[in-house]
Amino acid sequence: MSTPSIQPGRDPAVQYLLRLGDFCLIHAQRLGEWCGHAPILEEDIALTNLALDLIGQARALLTRAGQVGHERGAPAAFDEDQLAFLREERDYLNPTLVELPRGDFAFTVLRNAAVATWMRLMWTRLQASRDAELAAIAAKALKESRYHEQHAADWVVRLGDGTPESHRRLQDALDRLWRYTLELFEADAVDEAAAASGLGPRWADLREDWHAAMQALLDEAGVRAPATGSHVTTGRRGVHSEHMGRLLAEMQHLQRAYPGGAW
Amino acid sequence: MCGAQVLGRIEAAWQAIDPVPDPEIPVLTLRDLGIVREVRLDEEGALEVVLTPTYSGCPATEVISASVAEALEAAGLAPFAVTLRRAPAWTTDWISEQGRQRLREYGIAPPGPVAAGEGVPVRLHRRAAAPVAPAASADPSCPRCDSPRTERLSAFGSTACKSLWRCLACREPFEHFKPI
Repeated sequence: MSTPSIQPGRDPAVQYLLRLGDFCLIHAQRLGEWCGHAPILEEDIALTNLALDLIGQARALLTRAGQVGHERGAPAAFDEDQLAFLREERDYLNPTLVELPRGDFAFTVLRNAAVATWMRLMWTRLQASRDAELAAIAAKALKESRYHEQHAADWVVRLGDGTPESHRRLQDALDRLWRYTLELFEADAVDEAAAASGLGPRWADLREDWHAAMQALLDEAGVRAPATGSHVTTGRRGVHSEHMGRLLAEMQHLQRAYPGGAW
Repeated sequence: MCGAQVLGRIEAAWQAIDPVPDPEIPVLTLRDLGIVREVRLDEEGALEVVLTPTYSGCPATEVISASVAEALEAAGLAPFAVTLRRAPAWTTDWISEQGRQRLREYGIAPPGPVAAGEGVPVRLHRRAAAPVAPAASADPSCPRCDSPRTERLSAFGSTACKSLWRCLACREPFEHFKPI
């Protein structure tokens, strides 16, 4: 038995919202994997708390994406659960960075810092969105991204400034992760349409502020970002790494096996 | 519908909601938390109660809406609608003075003013550069013995809104409602 997939369409405003919603959703899914596995109990609680905030943000964004799609001509308004669980891999638009396996604790806290800093900058700008609902979601989420960023930054500095082993792991994580951050600042037609309509900024508009914040953090932690090549990942266009399929298989399993299941 | 009746239904709704507790911190009422934003009547005379969520991912949001609906139902105030409004975003500054007092008595240090933390850039401290005494003003006092000498054990606690602390004077651990 299988549940039919939904197709959210190619409307640029919907794609812009799905990119943000999927960014939060897939990041949360990876963070949730730490439940019961974090190095200390306090971090187990912290990582799952962060995941919970991100799932809340994803719910609001996916709900909005479904509404906007309907307003702009889609025959049905998809709800948050349909959008979260019933799309095909190619219709998920998160950047590749967040679907990568969670790695070790150093990789996780470094990715958390990179994402939370990006989110803080994005939410700050989205407060001025011409879409009042998106502006309201942003004002709420901004408060949350601030303490996400502080918590992640604390750990990045602590590991970089810790033992030779923790420093080595953080530098390794940075060497592996850095190339995936290029995608967070790529310009394309979806972003241009959002900027033109006042829905939100181009992702590329965040580049300078993000690099300044990350540079200050990495300097304090005593690690160095590697040079980046020219390859840019393509998750936010729906073309994902080999890890995405397995992530979705686990994430979608219940909804596919028990269609419409809720509690 | 005349003015007195309108006011009567609105007043009755506030009274019905007044004792409804927060499901996660039952020592607080929803009104203490400041999440009941408005009670009003639309043109058709239907009652609307407007709530605002505390955190984006707060799992209690649905339970809160249901318990408000239950209280209104029990007071015979149907038909009504319980709606959620996101803007302006909830802040711990909206917790009432009575709510703060109740939190303290319950053993949870109430949140300080949010303005102190808004817009503050991320603080970065290496071991060598760490200040001897961290910014004490934002640290909560012990809700049991009132000592300002406290330290944070964990940035996150049993619910999204709390962190875990320890009093250095009486040695008791306690929870702190984080300002957001």
